[in-house]
Amino acid sequence: MPIHYYIYLSLALFCIGVTGVLTRRNAIIVFMCIELMLNAVNLLLVAFSKMFYGFGLAESPNSIVGIDAQIFVFFIMVVAAAEVSVGLAIIVMMYRNTHSVDINFLNRLKN
Amino acid sequence: MNAIIVSALLGVIMMFTSWGIKGEKSQKYIALMGLAILILANLSQLNGWYVIEYDTKGMLAFSRYGIYANTILFTLTFLYVWINGDEISKIGNHAADFYALFFFILCGASVLTSFDNLLMLFIGIEMLSIPLYILTSSDKTSLTSNEAGLKYFLMGAFSTGILLLGITFIYGATGSFHLTVPETGFKYEMFMRSGGLILIFVAMNFKVSAAPFHFWTPDVYDGAPTVFTSFMATIAKAAGFFAFMSVFQVQYQALGYSWTLLLPFVIISTLLIGNVTAVFQRSVKRMLAYSSIAQAGFMLFALYKPSTFANEGILLYAFVYSVASIGMFGVLIKMKENSIEGFNGLAKAHPLLAFVTTIFLFSLAGIPLTGGFFAKYYMINAILVAGAGLWLVIVALVFAAISVYYYFKIIQAMYFVPGEPALGEIQNTYPYKLLVLAVLLLILGVFPNLLLNYLYF
Repeated sequence: MPIHYYIYLSLALFCIGVTGVLTRRNAIIVFMCIELMLNAVNLLLVAFSKMFYGFGLAESPNSIVGIDAQIFVFFIMVVAAAEVSVGLAIIVMMYRNTHSVDINFLNRLKN
Repeated sequence: MNAIIVSALLGVIMMFTSWGIKGEKSQKYIALMGLAILILANLSQLNGWYVIEYDTKGMLAFSRYGIYANTILFTLTFLYVWINGDEISKIGNHAADFYALFFFILCGASVLTSFDNLLMLFIGIEMLSIPLYILTSSDKTSLTSNEAGLKYFLMGAFSTGILLLGITFIYGATGSFHLTVPETGFKYEMFMRSGGLILIFVAMNFKVSAAPFHFWTPDVYDGAPTVFTSFMATIAKAAGFFAFMSVFQVQYQALGYSWTLLLPFVIISTLLIGNVTAVFQRSVKRMLAYSSIAQAGFMLFALYKPSTFANEGILLYAFVYSVASIGMFGVLIKMKENSIEGFNGLAKAHPLLAFVTTIFLFSLAGIPLTGGFFAKYYMINAILVAGAGLWLVIVALVFAAISVYYYFKIIQAMYFVPGEPALGEIQNTYPYKLLVLAVLLLILGVFPNLLLNYLYF
């Protein structure tokens, strides 16, 4: 399959994520949309990795070109997990204080 | 290498300190001792002494410049903890946890001064940001702190997504994550590479709070506990700028002519929004947030084109701006009220405090004989050397003049408006600590080379 199908799919997922972040008002859903953005990037990285691996195979049968992108994907997953742990803690803390996870609540600082 | 390993280890040690050692004073001194060890370990790398000798396979590259940038960040943290240690222990129950987070942030910062691979850029930025989310929302019962934390977290994670998409595009264009890759001649290389670079540019602008991506800054700086605002606006921002510099010093050519349009646009909108909005603020804390946006506009000058002036200037600017801001926030912490009226008559009530505040504000405004003057001088020289044209310099000077207005509003309130300042309790030694910062600024205002000479010998 040509690489641009993957690029379009990933960009579509990424844009859905961005739209969600900008329009949704529930902190959890905004958070899910951010995860969607990260996963769109993961998909694109794996697709590129496979593409470069294909190029490498054409040159030598035991090529490992493109392996670094796959490792990058693992790093993104780990960092996303770390972010989730901090982010959910912040959301829970906010829920305790306001009994809501609505972002519209966040306007105390706007004056 | 030493800085990364030792700061991570010290962070872990600091975490256990809260379990073993009671008493905030001793935790503060342990943190200060740790920072001193960190500075020494970092400098000893120059003499070829390594904690662990390890081949990083081109992920990290250590240069004298990076090590010196580390030293500056660590020294700033040392001054910060020395001055604000007692305030930090007033927030939450476990001050040692915050010190541990500072060490983790410094670990991220030392990755950011030495990365040679976009993977390390990503990891460094995350190591810098994630502890900052925690610090921002550390005042668990305060609604403003919660709000600032959530906002900062959502915006930070969003910009991370953009950064990653940019890195992925550059990978797709070149097949490598290295900072310096020759052109490979793929079909859509230029298109994807410049697209990726612009995405990275946007994400980095988010991190250093340059307009038009600054909108989270005033809310977050205002809502976070003042001690941690001081840390975020100075040390974390300086680290972000060092990373920004090293990405675009080698990569900006890929953008070609559009770089000379993109960067001035960002610089001018940052200066405009930062300075003009700061004029209308009633709260000093919020004004300092906008002024930190405006100062970021000046620091962006260093990115235009690599030159000696840009390299030296960003170090000098980061140091001088951070010292002045740490001092200014240090004064603000002791105020019961954040509004400018709170400063009324401070010169009568506490002359020394008013004097050091004046020096800090002079330095932020860039008045000669303070460090801020030479910092701005280096930045403007950098852009003249790069041949960006005189109009940008004139715009910068006009905005610097505007900034004098709102900084001097505080000086006017302190010296010429009668009133009773609402001061919290101040220990006898506290103003003298701030005086050390002020003297540092005055020395750098006469001999800026005292700081920069160490870059070379």
